[in-house]
Amino acid sequence: MTNHWIDLKNSDSIFIIGCNPAENHPISFKWIEEAMDNGGKLIVVDPRYTRSASKADIYAQVRPGTDIAFLGGMINYALQNKLIHEEYVRDYTNATFLVGEKYDFKDGMFCSFDDQEKSYDLKSWAYESGADGKPKRDLTMSNPRSVYQLLKKHYSRYTVDMVCSITGTKKEDYLKVVQNFCATGRPDKAGTILYAMGITQSTHGTQNVRAVAMLQMLLGNIGIAGGGVNALRGESNVQGSTDYGLLFHLLPGYLKSPEFDNVDLKAYVEKWTPKTTDAKSANWWGNTPKYLTSLLKAWYGDNATAANDFCYSYLPKRMGSYAYNKILEKMGKGELEGLVCMGMNPAVGGPDSGHARAALGKLKWLVTVDLWETETSIFWKRPGVNPKEIQTEVFMLPAASSVEKEGSISNSGRWAQWRYKAVEPVGESMSDLWIIDQFFKRVKNLYTKEKGVFPEPITKLAWNYGTGHEPDVHLVAKEINGYFTKDVTVVEKDKTLEFKKGDQVPAFKYLMDDGSTVSGCWIYSGSYTKDGNLMARRDESDPTGLGLFPKWSWCWPVNRRIIYNRASVNTAGEPFNAKRIVIAWDALEKKWKGDVPDGPWPPMKDDKEGKYPFIMLPEGHARLYALDLKDGPFPEHYEPAESPANNRMSSVQNNPVVKIPKNVSSNMAKFPFIGTTYRMTEHWQTGGMTRSLPWLNELVPDMFIEMSESLAKQKGIKKGDKVRVTTERGSIEAIALITSRLKPFSVDGKMIEQVGMPWHFGYAGLSTGDSANMLTPSVGCANTSIPEFKAFLCNLEKGGNKA
Amino acid sequence: MGMSRRQFLQGGALAAAGVAMSGTPGEANADAPQTRIKGIKASSTICPFCAVGCGMLVHTKNGKVINIEGDPKHPINQGALCSKGSSLFQIANNDRRLQKIMYRAPGSDVFVEKSWDWALDRIAMRMKETRDRTFKVKELNKKDNKEYVVNRTDGMAFFGGAGLDNEECYLWSKFSRAMGVGQLEHQARL
Repeated sequence: MTNHWIDLKNSDSIFIIGCNPAENHPISFKWIEEAMDNGGKLIVVDPRYTRSASKADIYAQVRPGTDIAFLGGMINYALQNKLIHEEYVRDYTNATFLVGEKYDFKDGMFCSFDDQEKSYDLKSWAYESGADGKPKRDLTMSNPRSVYQLLKKHYSRYTVDMVCSITGTKKEDYLKVVQNFCATGRPDKAGTILYAMGITQSTHGTQNVRAVAMLQMLLGNIGIAGGGVNALRGESNVQGSTDYGLLFHLLPGYLKSPEFDNVDLKAYVEKWTPKTTDAKSANWWGNTPKYLTSLLKAWYGDNATAANDFCYSYLPKRMGSYAYNKILEKMGKGELEGLVCMGMNPAVGGPDSGHARAALGKLKWLVTVDLWETETSIFWKRPGVNPKEIQTEVFMLPAASSVEKEGSISNSGRWAQWRYKAVEPVGESMSDLWIIDQFFKRVKNLYTKEKGVFPEPITKLAWNYGTGHEPDVHLVAKEINGYFTKDVTVVEKDKTLEFKKGDQVPAFKYLMDDGSTVSGCWIYSGSYTKDGNLMARRDESDPTGLGLFPKWSWCWPVNRRIIYNRASVNTAGEPFNAKRIVIAWDALEKKWKGDVPDGPWPPMKDDKEGKYPFIMLPEGHARLYALDLKDGPFPEHYEPAESPANNRMSSVQNNPVVKIPKNVSSNMAKFPFIGTTYRMTEHWQTGGMTRSLPWLNELVPDMFIEMSESLAKQKGIKKGDKVRVTTERGSIEAIALITSRLKPFSVDGKMIEQVGMPWHFGYAGLSTGDSANMLTPSVGCANTSIPEFKAFLCNLEKGGNKA
Repeated sequence: MGMSRRQFLQGGALAAAGVAMSGTPGEANADAPQTRIKGIKASSTICPFCAVGCGMLVHTKNGKVINIEGDPKHPINQGALCSKGSSLFQIANNDRRLQKIMYRAPGSDVFVEKSWDWALDRIAMRMKETRDRTFKVKELNKKDNKEYVVNRTDGMAFFGGAGLDNEECYLWSKFSRAMGVGQLEHQARL
């Protein structure tokens, strides 16, 4: 989230698309309702009439996978009706930038596509640069090669009628949504967009997110209270686990994991440190060398020196993608020996679970670390298989629960909050911290005693977390924050600071690339300083009244509660909205007041020191036109990989950059219904954490499949009947739930029915049921590989196995 | 000993007040003066389910969790919890929780109980064997037909982390990369 949960109360219009917070983030509704009590409106756009929809002022139905059409139409409406926040768009986005001559778009395709490689040449989309190296700009935004004009042209095709014919939305509902939300383009109004997996789980998921962000840029809704682009993250610490780089392409703090051709530290820095010739651009990623060097110092301690590239050569280098789906593919071919699952359950949680379960049987060894038996840890004795035929060695390790250990987790609003140990772990279970520590110490011991391949990355790893039974979690947190490795004097404009060797780093601006600082995750620098563990703070004061609670816990970066907040003021530093001031420039004191600003520099207008607000981009301006996505600079509507419709927007049916696997089919004769998956309040994820709790099982005891009254009638199905759903991948059985919450979609003049189901069930635990992911396709977003769980085709029949 | 919800709430409020006064956040353990809640400690935690980050109070007595409820002082949830959050008590007290280290040999149809030492030594051995056997020092890039140093363990993958604490995620990341594991992924990819 650019903003945070309590900030929802500051919104005039809350636009929910691709998430269902009343169901999946129930307590967030406390703040949504507060906004509504203050006169704010709630808009819900969803394929189903959800729990969130039931509270909405405006509800509009949308066919799964057509979000770009829906949002593109809103972009068009805002532009055509001049509802945009023009000053914001001109000053803070790249609308004024000129695009190079090569860029072109025709019939669903951007220029420079390689049909063999299924990829675009991204260089052909570059800005047009002047002699000074800066992109050329036209502040009137009238140049036909300006981003503004190209944007306007691109989305002129997204008329209300065209959009509704794609999305199946009723025109009157669509207009209500558009008119209400686009009214937040006024400087004194705030609109927020909330989304989750309904937006990301798509073959064009990243472009869905971009469409959300672009609409918010046009309406001037980023950086302000009650605004923002707010991804509602689904797991208690999935924000933290992402922050700490548990993805193949990342290191902690969103540093890129090295690629094969980043042959040394210099080459890495060259590749991943963006440059700018514009003095007004803060270009924060220009600090990449400081953050990587401080990370390497945290990992290799005194062994990391300038002379040896700070042990950069010890890091593995990637070639190609090791995204989840690629790993599963490899596992299925028997090309993987071992797998460790820390609280993850691939037998249920990923797409095409049937394949995943078979793939687990190709492993030599499997380690699961969990509180429970999961479908993954008992895959070898799952229904229908003979354990004797499965040669995988399985270690099932018992993990401590959240109340049996101490540490921090980061919520969706980036608040890192400290948890305490209330009791000892049950039985022989142990904290993950202890288990990881044991893995490391025992492997290191083997590499110290015996011969092995390239042992140095392990034997030279710095691992100094005390002498206790398990690592001292405070020492780990302190290393993450960072400390000085020698005495350092820092001369600032108005003061000189002296730091001693071993002192905690106050914030990431003090991190250096010369080895004088350590920091395990630069974005958390400032969380554990000489003032102690700021993540444990419980001060209830809220000086601005906006709900920032600046001394409750700690949030990254540098305790900034609303990021990009320099865009909440005009170029002179005056708030756009005097009623909800996030930050304001005090010209007398020459400093910002309010939230922690996005950098200390004076407002943008200041000739000498002013900076642009979007500090994470080298051009300092938010990108209405993207330069680095694989599937185009503007989001363009394509149909999901499995779709009941032909693309009405162009002759290109699917995202051209996505390779469609063989077991994906749009054969409507075999699979006439749209299938979709989702979560619910009473269960969680693959069900490991909920299906063994009697209270929750009592609320939702069984796997079910939702369908409309018309589909039930057509198939002769009654509430409680067993039904079978089948796709090209698999088939499952569950109990029919017939509801008016689901309605068919209008597609090309025909009504197409939808079938919905939760994905929480499996064969392990106290209550069991078939897994929805037996049905879902392993095809994902062109940029992130996140699978398209939300839109697939299926068949539905009455009667299960026994029928 | 019977205890009403109201008394628990009082205990919670007292414990939270203790927090404010002592300045040691969340670790309040002041024994309440009332006899019936004597010996009950309260500590703060954050819900382990969705990412709203609701605050909770965990009440314990004699090393057992006896109650969990919303933290009334927490600015996000102000004491409220959803049905899942309210059920955390049943994670702390649940017969189905794994309490032992279990091992299933290749081709076997049963789990057998093992000690931590036995299992961890064997896992360490498996990790080392796989790393040594599948470690790729160099890899050919087909686009320029050149070999590059990659120092990567291709024979194993590490999954998970969204349910771990930050400090655990950090050590998991550090350990994974030290092992040369490129195939490090978790729930955020799904």
